[in-house]
Amino acid sequence: MKILVPVKRVVDYNVKVRVKADGSGIDLANVKMSMNPFDEIAIEEAVRLKEAGIATEVIAVSCGVTACQETLRTAMAIGADRGILVETDVELQPLAVAKLLQALCVKEQPQLVICGKQAIDDDANQTGQMLAALQNWPQATFASKVVIANGKASVTREIDGGLETLEISLPAVVSTDLRLNEPRYATLPNIMKAKKKPLETVKPADLGVDVTPRLTTLKVSEPPKRSAGIKVADVAELVNKLKNEAKVI
Amino acid sequence: MTILVIAEHDQQSLKAATLNTVTAARKIGGDIHILVAGSACNAAAEQAATLQGVSLVKVADAAHYQSQTAENLTALIIAHAAGYSHILAPATTFGKNVMPRIAALLDVGQISEITGVESADTFVRPIYAGNALATVKSADSIKVITVRTTAFDAVDAGNTAKIESISPAADTAQSTLTHRELTKSERPELGAAKIIVSGGRGLGSGENYHTLLEPLADKLGAALGASRAAVDAGFVPNDYQVGQTGKIVAPQLYLAVGISGAIQHLAGMKESKVIVAINKDPDAPIFQVADYGLVGDLFEIVPQLVNALG
Repeated sequence: MKILVPVKRVVDYNVKVRVKADGSGIDLANVKMSMNPFDEIAIEEAVRLKEAGIATEVIAVSCGVTACQETLRTAMAIGADRGILVETDVELQPLAVAKLLQALCVKEQPQLVICGKQAIDDDANQTGQMLAALQNWPQATFASKVVIANGKASVTREIDGGLETLEISLPAVVSTDLRLNEPRYATLPNIMKAKKKPLETVKPADLGVDVTPRLTTLKVSEPPKRSAGIKVADVAELVNKLKNEAKVI
Repeated sequence: MTILVIAEHDQQSLKAATLNTVTAARKIGGDIHILVAGSACNAAAEQAATLQGVSLVKVADAAHYQSQTAENLTALIIAHAAGYSHILAPATTFGKNVMPRIAALLDVGQISEITGVESADTFVRPIYAGNALATVKSADSIKVITVRTTAFDAVDAGNTAKIESISPAADTAQSTLTHRELTKSERPELGAAKIIVSGGRGLGSGENYHTLLEPLADKLGAALGASRAAVDAGFVPNDYQVGQTGKIVAPQLYLAVGISGAIQHLAGMKESKVIVAINKDPDAPIFQVADYGLVGDLFEIVPQLVNALG
């Protein structure tokens, strides 16, 4: 069974982003970029399925600028067997990425796509579901546990009221939530090995996909700032403030 | 312009998030229809008919809508999408699961988690965990949108809209719900609570979380929440989590106990009206957003607070 894992290059988790002064977007100059944390969990899950003898090959895919090669190398250092870069300078939105992945699914015929539930830059939470729809595959989003057996996936999902378990036929799309696993650190020997793994580059046009954005960003602004209030000395003062000043209890 | 709102419900009643979503639809303007897809979901449909601004409730009642799977709901909504200018659902795990599937089949982009409506095609939405707000304009013929519920008030009742039965789509049989484990609680729902008591790693254990915070939540009639650290440490189940990837909340009062205030957590609660932080570290980032901060040992302060609330 082949598993395909899309990985996105995003501003690193620990970076405090700044809005550009002209309101045109986020300042990305000299900002540390990393793999989207949810995608790291997706790669880890796929590699574990391979280590368990369930998957035969793990293919990492990234869509975007040339530098996404680094993200693919990271995925291969965790354990993906090879990488595919869909290279473009166009701003890619979730529908376009889903169409690119669909074209690759047709070509590679994976039985499972494991993706992060959302990217921490645009916070869209769309691509996996869109890919499942385009392929007419079942989906299991926000997974905290995945069990593959008898050509089916049993997936425990984190939902607002608690947990639910879905049984879906394969091929399918699974999107990862935070508690699915804890991704390993890539070791130096594996980072070196990853440099020698195959990395193929294609263009959206090669896949016959129109990636024109559907949404135009008119402006990006800072959210209203919340300023620090006061420190109270003790519980009595706190209760007094909540009752008489804030009037919330 | 006609807007279709997809109701989130438990067959008997609408989830509060649906009421906020209708308010967002009213801001866009136009005729508003609600779709209630379920199994023996008449009570939920009747409630939908009472919502202000709604002109028509469409009900699809079939056994295969009981578990609300994305595959079956999508097939139904796609079959009835013609003529709508906008399709809206709350940005809950329900809406986030279903809506992108619909958008993809309609070949349109989705606008996720809107917090503001500028016009019928222009919306405001948070990006980078709420550290920036993007104003986006959609060029698509149908706007598929999820709504951040804390950004819109709940719509009032008092209406009597028409209820119409629609034919269900065929069962796709692609997905089967085998188990659902909902956390049972007498407390208010996190997303709809006026007061939230939230605990973090500072509590040290699940036992401490419950013995300290439950009496406080009882006194205040509050919902209980937690930071990601507390959930990851196994103090409480995942559905307690407040933050960028958990629940986004905006209560009247948010009490953060033993929570340091990671960016991810702040993204989920900084719209709260009043924030109180109790933490032993005076430099904890949570104090930068708290209206009232109390530095000290939570194991002493919380019981004192319970007593003081009489």
